[in-house]
Amino acid sequence: MPEPTEKMKGSGADGWQPKIVAFFCNWCTYLAADLAGTSRMKYAPNTRVIRVMCSGRVDPQFIMEAFAKGADGVLIGGCHFGDCHYQAGNHKALRRFRLLQRVLIGLGIEKERIRLEWISAAEADKLRTVIDDMVAQVKALGPLTLEVPSEGFVELPDLEEVTA
Amino acid sequence: MSDKPKVAFYWCSSCGGCEEAVVDLAEGILDVVAAVDIVFWPVALDFKKADVEAMEDGAILAAFINGAIRTSEQEEMAHLLRRKAKVLVAFGSCAHQGGIPALANLWDREAIFETAYQTTPSTVNPDRVRPMRALPHNGDMVTLPGFYDTVRALDQVTTVDYYIPGCAPTPNIIAGAVQALLSGDLPPAGTVLAPDKAQCEDCPRLETKPQDLSLERFYRPFEILVDEEKCLLAQGLLCMGSATRAGCGHLCINGNMPCTGCFGPTSRVRDHGGKYLSALASILDALDEDAIEKALDTIPDPIGTFYRYGLAGSLLRRRKMTPVA
Repeated sequence: MPEPTEKMKGSGADGWQPKIVAFFCNWCTYLAADLAGTSRMKYAPNTRVIRVMCSGRVDPQFIMEAFAKGADGVLIGGCHFGDCHYQAGNHKALRRFRLLQRVLIGLGIEKERIRLEWISAAEADKLRTVIDDMVAQVKALGPLTLEVPSEGFVELPDLEEVTA
Repeated sequence: MSDKPKVAFYWCSSCGGCEEAVVDLAEGILDVVAAVDIVFWPVALDFKKADVEAMEDGAILAAFINGAIRTSEQEEMAHLLRRKAKVLVAFGSCAHQGGIPALANLWDREAIFETAYQTTPSTVNPDRVRPMRALPHNGDMVTLPGFYDTVRALDQVTTVDYYIPGCAPTPNIIAGAVQALLSGDLPPAGTVLAPDKAQCEDCPRLETKPQDLSLERFYRPFEILVDEEKCLLAQGLLCMGSATRAGCGHLCINGNMPCTGCFGPTSRVRDHGGKYLSALASILDALDEDAIEKALDTIPDPIGTFYRYGLAGSLLRRRKMTPVA
């Protein structure tokens, strides 16, 4: 992902659009996105899709890095229970997701900004609904500003002039 | 003054345990003092900031700074010692990753002042007096350092050459680092001066760690009778050994307490807490939503557990700041 520029961040101006980083499983949700494309479905253009081999491959560090580098939301798409190509990757994904969500909420990141959905290769329609819905929710929340501002203080000699 | 190499020690936002760690070298400290001149060490020797300012840039071989950066004075001293020292070493968990003080990043200055100077039961402060940067008093100006919203690790304010991890660093780690510095046989800048492998790899209880670890819930140490031989994680305790750098000599584990992660992650991991969280969730034996939530409820303070020593150095660094209206 490129470094976020001022323009991309938008700073709440009217033209602001949320950026959603999406991690899609190779065996299901990624194919659903393919199907949505070949079926000429229209949905919000705000997701940047990253294909992974399994939702269980999504390291919590990927999600935190996405947020740290300017994503306003993160969407993970995996196989329905029972359908995992690697048997239990999606169960692991769910456990990681629930624990990470607890940490992120503690760090002030609203729970609507991170979402895990089971979307099979045939469910292009569900993919469209999920993305449109999430974009609307994140739009309502506004941009996620996580930068830690640098904190300079007025130099003391200058301060003496101010308070003298 | 002799032509022995010069070293400096300084403390920022820390408890003093790192200073104690230097003294813990015991008679080993005599070898250090024989080999170097200590030119600045406020906790033990009477040199002043002006003495450091008077030195030429790069005159000090190595400056060891412990503690996180939370005030403008600490940041100023970090910059000063960076200029005067050839090698700047972040000493201990707080300088390395923020340490315990960085848990304050779950709040901001306003909230901390409100608690410390207003709402604690023992405080009486009807005029809502707060620390001020400067105040005229009897014709003089009384001043205080500025207090930041965010606690930073040392490398978030200046360039750091080496890191000595630990809360506090153990004598063998310190001695090894000092020896490397004096011999000039140094790894690339940016290296953590401790073994680059996980605690588990040489844990005395490794043999009792099952190949396929699977847990239904976690326990806090007071909730169970802790077996003194068995792998602590296998007993359901949140032992961070699997995600934490080795080198401490397993002090906590030998004391029958789980590793809390003070040595930070290995070089392959960017976010210590994130990686440990990932490992924990994968060994949990819970399949559906209800079982997962119930199991996760047995971790009452996930941030304080996973980021006990590393919130400042983590990917997200702090709780999201509330926008100033």
